[in-house]
This record gives sequence, C-alpha cells and structure tokens, in this order.
Amino acid sequence: MSENPYLPFEATVVERIQETQSIFTLRLKFCDEDVCEYPFKPGQFNMLYLFGVGEVAISIVSDPEDNACCDHTIRAVGRVTHAMSELKAGDKIGVRGPFGRGWPLNEAEGKDIVLITGGLGCAPVSSVIQYVIRRRERFNHLVIMQGVKHREDLIWQDQYDQWGKSADTQILLAASEDKSTNWPWFSGHVISLMDKVEFDPNNAIAMMCGPEAMMHAAIKPLTERGLPEEDIWLSMERNMQCAVGHCGHCQYGAKFICKDGPVFPYPEIKDYFGVRGY
Amino acid sequence: MKQQKILKKKDFQSLLNLLAAEGYAVIGPQISDGAIVYQSLDHTSQLPIGFTDRQSPGSYTLEKSANEDAYFAWANGPQALKPLLFQSEELLWTASKDEANSIRFEQCLPVVKPIAVLGVRACDLAALELQDKHFLQKEFVDPYYQKRRESLLLIAVNCSHPSANCFCVSTGDGPSAQKHYDIVLTELDDVFLIASGSGKGEKICGLLSLTEATENNRQSAVEQEEAAIKVQTKRLPDIDVPVMLKNKTNHSRWDLIAEKCLACGNCTSVCPTCFCHTKKELHALDGKNSQHYRVWDSCFSLEHGYIHGGAVRSETSQQYRQWLTHKFSAWVEQYGRSGCVGCGRCISWCPVGIDVIEELSALSDEA
Repeated sequence: MSENPYLPFEATVVERIQETQSIFTLRLKFCDEDVCEYPFKPGQFNMLYLFGVGEVAISIVSDPEDNACCDHTIRAVGRVTHAMSELKAGDKIGVRGPFGRGWPLNEAEGKDIVLITGGLGCAPVSSVIQYVIRRRERFNHLVIMQGVKHREDLIWQDQYDQWGKSADTQILLAASEDKSTNWPWFSGHVISLMDKVEFDPNNAIAMMCGPEAMMHAAIKPLTERGLPEEDIWLSMERNMQCAVGHCGHCQYGAKFICKDGPVFPYPEIKDYFGVRGY
Repeated sequence: MKQQKILKKKDFQSLLNLLAAEGYAVIGPQISDGAIVYQSLDHTSQLPIGFTDRQSPGSYTLEKSANEDAYFAWANGPQALKPLLFQSEELLWTASKDEANSIRFEQCLPVVKPIAVLGVRACDLAALELQDKHFLQKEFVDPYYQKRRESLLLIAVNCSHPSANCFCVSTGDGPSAQKHYDIVLTELDDVFLIASGSGKGEKICGLLSLTEATENNRQSAVEQEEAAIKVQTKRLPDIDVPVMLKNKTNHSRWDLIAEKCLACGNCTSVCPTCFCHTKKELHALDGKNSQHYRVWDSCFSLEHGYIHGGAVRSETSQQYRQWLTHKFSAWVEQYGRSGCVGCGRCISWCPVGIDVIEELSALSDEA
C-alpha cells in the first residue's frame, strides 16, 4: 500500500458477473505491474473508487492464493454501488486496501466450522468456504447455513450444490418468505435450522455474517449447545469511509469496525450488540 | 521546564519581529465578529488588549477588562489549533482520465510554511495531543495532518482568566501549559515570564533580549495560577465517568436531552478533539477530472451512521448519546484517556445551552 493511506491504485475490471438482478461480481486486476502480490485474508475488504462518484467498502471474496485477480461481490443498493453496477469489462476503477481484520482461519484449523450467513452476508463468508474446501484436510466437519428471503436471492446456487459434495460437509439453506413448492430446502428462518447443525462444541468455531438480528438470534442456540462465546465470530457492517480508523463513522462503542474489525469475536462487541443506535 | 526569564512588555513586539525574521507566519488571537479568534498577526496592537470574555451555557460575549493593558485576560474563543491542522475542508487527491480511459491518481499534500501560533492555551495543547494520537497513530499516518503539524511552533500562554464554562482543572489539563509547547508565557502586570519547552523554542528565546526573573515575579505567577484554579467551580462528577456511561445506554435522560438538542453539530465543530470527517467528490463538467476532498462531519448528522437501508442513529437521543459516550467513555479505550480537555466550548457555543457537566451529573443518578 502507498504511504498515503487515502490514495487509490488503478485497477481494471477483468470480468463482470451478474449474480442476481441486483448483485454482481467485479473481478479486478491492478494496472501497475509492480502490484503483482496483493496479500489479504478472507474477511478483509477493499475501498473501491468509481471515477467521479466516490468510494465504497466491499469485502474481497476471492481466494488469497489467486494472485491474478481480486473479486468483489456487490449489491446495487446505494448511490455508489448503483453507479458501479454499470461497469463493464475493460473499465478502470480505483482500489485501496486490503483493510481490517479477517476471519480466524488459522484458529479454525482442526476444528468443526459452522458458517451462518444471511442475504449478501454469504459474500464475505464465501471466501471462507472456498478457502476451507481448497484446504479440506486441515479442517474438521463443515456446516454452511445460508438464509435468504426468496429463492431468487440465493446466489451461487450451483456452488452450494458443488460444496455439498465435498467430504464431511453439511449444507442448510432456508428461504424465509418463499412459499413456492419447488424450493427444495427449508421454508422459514435459517435460525430455525440450528438444531440440525452438527458440531462438537468443545472443538468448533462459528463464523457469521448477515443482518444483525439474524446473528443475534444465532448466538443463543450456539452458546446453549456449549460453544464458548469467544469461538463465535461475526463480521460487522457500519458506514465506512476512510477504512483506516480516521473518519469516525464506523465507531461501535470504542471499536472502529474498519480497522479493529470488520470480523470480531463476539465478546469484543457484546456490550453494544443488539442495542439500537450504536 | 527550562529556566524562566523575563520578557518586558515593551519588548513584546520584538518576539513577533523575530518570529517573522525566522520565517514564521505568525497567527494570534484577535477580535473578529464579536469573538476572539486566531488570525494572521503582525503587531501586538492587534491582540485583544483590555478585553475579557463572559461565558455561560449558550452564551459568549466580550467586554472591557478591569486590567486595560492585559493582552491575555480572557478564556478561549470558539476555535484555536484544530482548524490549523485538521482543516474543515482538505483536498486529498485528484483523479483524471486520459483518452484511453485510464485513471491517474495524484495526492495533493499541502504546501506548508512554518507557522508560529501565539496564545495557545493548556486545554488546546492537551487536545492537540489527542488529535496527534488519532491522526498519527502508528498503523495509519495521515500525511496531510502530519505535514501541517510539523510546520507549527507553539507559543503557549498560561490561562489566568478561565470562564465560567471552563473545567480544565477537573480534567487535569490546565490552567497552565504542561507540555507540547515550544515557548510558554505567563502574563504578569508589566512583564511576561518566558520559558522554552523545545529546542526550537530555546533557539527563539536565545535570540530575544531577556532578563532574569525575580522571586517576586515567580510568586505572582504562582498566585495567578492558584487564582485560576480556584475560580473554576465547574467540575466532572466525582465518580468513574467512563464506567458510569457504559451502564447508561438506556437512561431516560437521553430523551430529555433530545427534547432540547437541535442536533446542529455546533458542539462537534468547536470541540478541539472531535475528528469525524466525511468525503466529498467534486466532478468536473468535462468528465475528465475529479477532486476528492474531506470535510468535517458530525455524529449529529443523519448521514453519519448511514448504511444501506437507513441511518444507524436516526434519533437525536441516539446521536447525543453517541457524542457524549464517545467523548467521555469510548475515548478512554481508544486513546488511553477521556476525549474531553475541559475547554467548555461545547457549553458556550450550544445554541440552547446544553451543559455536558450537567448532563453527566444527571446521568450519574439512577433511573
């Protein structure tokens, strides 16, 4: 990274993949050939800059060993991301990063892994899934839970099928507001599936990302089954503008989500988690 | 502190002349729009001679002082050091596109010349230390703040006239300057006690025509400091404030404050430690250039906590709670001490006179 932490680097959109109607993935490659190594950890994020419009924080979803490109899955939901959805292959963009603390993948080795995601929360967690499946022998039982509202919100459906074929992997999908009959998975809230999750509470780690209410609801069933709070990790989201703990927007109690997180062990954020207005 | 000497008031101008000769642009306190503010200073006659201030919650006025020859018989006005370092608007970088649609980024570091600030108070030096900790933290150094910071020569003046809103004694930051100054002055009747606090300051002092301080001079300075301590009746509640606030996320007082608070953000603008800022993109009409600025922001703005779907803090009660709990509690975890230096500005410049000390006291009560 440059000595000026605010200054972006130029990157090219190598490929643009439409995931759902409003969700797309940008595959980026740095233009400066000196930036051939871009070490990052799953769960970290980049600040993407769209020329003349502004910056937005987006998590990196590709594998840290894929040096060629850096993938970002984005939902067109605000001013910058809507404009960003117009980008095509070959367009230029600004990137600075990687920022923040990623997922505890070293700590997770030799343990059961429970991944709980909701909505686009699956994007930051998909990097964990890919990471674990590519290094399957280092980890124990893998559980992938994903909740969406409607089945068309489920991105990477093919990949879930693929991941499910991996050894010792349990997939639990739920659509909370889908009443259609051809939805093969559970109709209801993903948290209702918690009792189906197989893990050894003495040797497991849970990682989650998604709506705070969903994560809040998942903590109780996990701890009731004996999983210690410090083995529950959450990826938090707040307004992030500078990404280096200067601008103040992402403060959560005393934490700066951008540099202390976005991934936190639950005890670190417990005091404010679920309290409105923080 | 280095040995105190005497600068005669009739020689005061020689300090300004020397600073100019040493290449410093001098900034000092002057009356403008009914307040004492820091502006470019050439001559000591521009200082607020014979003026003092009267402050109370929601009120700041200037009036004639009993001591009509005094230069510094007043407490701080709305601003001092913060806008010199963390500017209210700063161009960070520009992006330009060429014919091939490549984007070129260029950082716009400020071109700074040495600045000497005369009249800096203990509270603002304490605030400076906090802003340094924030912007010059070891993982990410803000190069814009850093450049401006390196250009400063700080000439402190020990505070002899705290206002009714001041409580720097209670926060441990004043009324006398303790550190981070290059030179410190104590204004007495006909003379200034002067001492250096850095190599830069020592060099300046060495070039001035100074005499030895007498025991009488030193005694007057001690008495003046004692009086400035005694006059401060406002103080933080005598409890562990950070811990108290951690347990008051649901206190009824937040709603009562919100009935008064206009969420105008004046408190965060005048606060010498508030650091929040947002960014602004100015896109040229030719579509080829764009400028990326940062501008001051406030946790009282709706946009401050905006994430897709809405504002995290949409209620004024939540915004005020964010401000107060950050300043007096979260700050301790972030930077090892409270974010308040007792300058009292947020009390004076609040249009409805909300008093942080009164609010902290009310929150300390059960309910």
